[in-house]
Amino acid sequence: MNQLNAEEAELIINKPETFGNSGFADWFQKLQLDGWEAFDAEPSPRRTDEAWRFATIKSLDISGYSKPLPVPDADQAALIERSVGLKETAGRMIFANDQLLQREVLSDDLKRKGVIWEPIEKAVIEHEDIFRKHFMTQEVVLGSKKFAALHKAWVKSGTFLYVPRGVEIDLPIEVFHWLHGSGGSTFPHTLLVAGENSKVTLVDYFESSDNQAPGLAIGVNDLFLGAGAKLTYICSQNWSEKTLALQVNSTVVGRDASAVSMNLNLGANYARTESVSRLVGQGGRSDMLAVSVADGTQEFDHRTLQDHQQPNTASDLLYKNSLSDAARTIFAGLIRVEPGAHKTDAYQKVRNLLLSDEAEANSAPGLEIEADDVRCTHGATSGQIDEEEFFYMLSRGIAPLVARQLIVSGFLNEVVQRLGNQAVGEKLNSLIQAKFDRIKSRSRK
Amino acid sequence: MSTETASNLNIDRSIGDFSYPESHQYDAGVGLTHDTIDYIAGVKGEADWVREYRHKALDIFTSKPMPTHWASHDLDAIVFDNIRYYLSNGQKANRSWDDVPEDMKRTFERLGIPEQERRFLAGVEAQFDSEAVYSNIKKAVGDQGVIFVGPTEGLRDHPEIFKKWFGKVIPAGDNKFSALNSAVFSGGSFIYVPPGVKVKHPLQAYFRINAENFGQFERTLIIADEGSEVMYMEGCTAPKFETATLHSAVVELVAMKGAKIQYITVQNWSANVFNLVTKRAVAHEEAEVKWIDCNIGSRLTMKYPGVVLKGRKARGEVISIALANDGQHQDTGAKMIHAADETTSNIISKSISVGKGRATYRGLVHVPKHLKGCKNNTECDALLINSTSRTDTYPAITVRGTGNAVQHEASVSQISAEQIFYMQQRGLTEGQAMSLSVNGFVNDLVRQFPMEYSVELKRLIDLEMEGSVG
Repeated sequence: MNQLNAEEAELIINKPETFGNSGFADWFQKLQLDGWEAFDAEPSPRRTDEAWRFATIKSLDISGYSKPLPVPDADQAALIERSVGLKETAGRMIFANDQLLQREVLSDDLKRKGVIWEPIEKAVIEHEDIFRKHFMTQEVVLGSKKFAALHKAWVKSGTFLYVPRGVEIDLPIEVFHWLHGSGGSTFPHTLLVAGENSKVTLVDYFESSDNQAPGLAIGVNDLFLGAGAKLTYICSQNWSEKTLALQVNSTVVGRDASAVSMNLNLGANYARTESVSRLVGQGGRSDMLAVSVADGTQEFDHRTLQDHQQPNTASDLLYKNSLSDAARTIFAGLIRVEPGAHKTDAYQKVRNLLLSDEAEANSAPGLEIEADDVRCTHGATSGQIDEEEFFYMLSRGIAPLVARQLIVSGFLNEVVQRLGNQAVGEKLNSLIQAKFDRIKSRSRK
Repeated sequence: MSTETASNLNIDRSIGDFSYPESHQYDAGVGLTHDTIDYIAGVKGEADWVREYRHKALDIFTSKPMPTHWASHDLDAIVFDNIRYYLSNGQKANRSWDDVPEDMKRTFERLGIPEQERRFLAGVEAQFDSEAVYSNIKKAVGDQGVIFVGPTEGLRDHPEIFKKWFGKVIPAGDNKFSALNSAVFSGGSFIYVPPGVKVKHPLQAYFRINAENFGQFERTLIIADEGSEVMYMEGCTAPKFETATLHSAVVELVAMKGAKIQYITVQNWSANVFNLVTKRAVAHEEAEVKWIDCNIGSRLTMKYPGVVLKGRKARGEVISIALANDGQHQDTGAKMIHAADETTSNIISKSISVGKGRATYRGLVHVPKHLKGCKNNTECDALLINSTSRTDTYPAITVRGTGNAVQHEASVSQISAEQIFYMQQRGLTEGQAMSLSVNGFVNDLVRQFPMEYSVELKRLIDLEMEGSVG
């Protein structure tokens, strides 16, 4: 084999040579192959696709990225050291390029109660039944079918968390996914099954070791809430500035269950998140939150679906974007009330704060209602910093740059507050602040 | 709400549901080819550039796919080869009421034109299939220099006025149906209001489809010169035929500096008409354009009146009411393209879905960069009457830069059972109570209509509901 072919074989758009001998169980290898075939068969997004309206399609070129790179032993300790999350957690896993670096296990007490928390490669073997029942079973409906299929073909690690009936885990569980090296890819996967009346908080951190290194991240997270379960899920996306990121999120909310999910978007050059909440049991509720701080030429592309399949379900979406420089944001969301889902209470709000003349905010909040006796409202606003507020701060002796950032922080903090978790809120605010500092130091240059 | 109440809100279209035997002098036959276009251009004796324009538009129409990647697949039910594209009894519109044939007079009598004309109207034009059969313009208005003619006369007799704007606000290639209209347009109104002239009374047009399998493609171009004001009203009806009928109009408005145009539509086509209309205005400096759009009839309406706010401080407004009953899909909305500083736009849309009806709001608001002081306000309210009713909202908003404010709000609700109960225990029937509630829901918009239209609208809703209370 000559050099060129060897390089090509490393690219993710070429069929993995490991198919059929990846070491995974046969049924899992079959799934990976299915994923590859679906990826091959699905057309690439085109500009005329409604699901990709407003998006810069040319940012989606995935052809040049190699498969997840190996992480040199010498770098591993540094990555573990840099994985700073919450002070207190119930458990922690650290991955780099889809390779497990560290796992701080759950307490014996939780293990005794039957909580399962394993990297996927282990869950496939040890918990086949429950894993198989949930793994990538939710249809991808918001446009990224092709990319989700590629994820399925390449996925080799990630986390599987199962919380049995009635078990409450008070402290959050954390997972770090690092993208390390240049031009490589990662396929982070999170599968969470929360049993009846269980309670859990999970935080995913997406980070790059080098903020200037190009990379590709295609992630999938599937959350399942049994009857009465309570889940808080946070995804903090802070990939390098040159990362192409696609994330497919699905939450299935059972009877009387309550899910709060939040996406924090700070990194990547183009980041698309597709978030679907399916309310499949009466009395279920889903809160969908997002905070995005976009600068430079970043493009954040949010697609959401609040799918009310059963009566008496509630959903509440709040997405806030702050836009500097020539950043672009897209919000295309849909509240869908299916026939028979009476007494639905759905709310959707997107707010854009434009901080520069080059910034562009696109909003397409949608409603599709096929039931009656519903209460559905949506709103979208785009505006700028209130001059009066700004002037007031200046008159109190606050420097213009600081005043501006205070106003933006206040604007975004409303969403963070909604999590109702102080420790997590502080962590997210510190990440937001770090991004502000990056913007500030760049504008000084 | 039970599904039984659907019938209580059924708007009776029997007023327009009558037809007369056809005996057309000119008939372009069934189907659409370049020969059809030559036939139409020949009958009309059009200039070469118009004929050329039509031929080019036909090529665009043929090359463009149906917009079903976002629009209703019901569009696929239109069989373009089965449609008749031109029917008329001759070119010349009758100027005197006495010259109008008896059966057509009966049509207009039933539509109430002569009465209205006598009372209020400055000018009226009635279109029967492809050509205007009766048009008149009050002498006073004509003396002010107002031109109110059909497109054939407009392009032939006043090319210096109309040629400049024709097809400029809405190019043939804008969408598949504007291309179709540009290829086969016939009838409609071309209006020019000279600088400073304020037309006191509304100008009015009625459109009616009388022949089965017929497509009506009228073309309207209104130019309001500097500082002038004009109000235009159109109404549409068609009898119920077994097969689907197509209405595809193009309406272009040009409001020059400081001009004001109000364009009012009451659409009451029968429930088998595909109503696919492109409407757009250009508003120059400090001009105001207001679309008032009321859609009650048709099988599928797709209509999104737009304003391109081209001059500083221009203002655009769309007021929209849609009622969708069984078998109907009202896919309506608005487009506001801000293209100058300090431009403002306002969209208010109210829809009512009854029975298995579906009402859709589709909107577009665009504020490009480097504009300052632009404002848009959008409000969409949907009322669902039955559990089988459907409503959708699909706005798309793009804002660039600082210094502009855009807000969009939408809500979906239903008639409160409490309200209905209260009215019933005060002695009203369920139908009356529903009718009162629906009228209350749209009341603040209906009040913006000119008096005779708002009365007509309210009476229409009342009358039909009363009749269905058992």
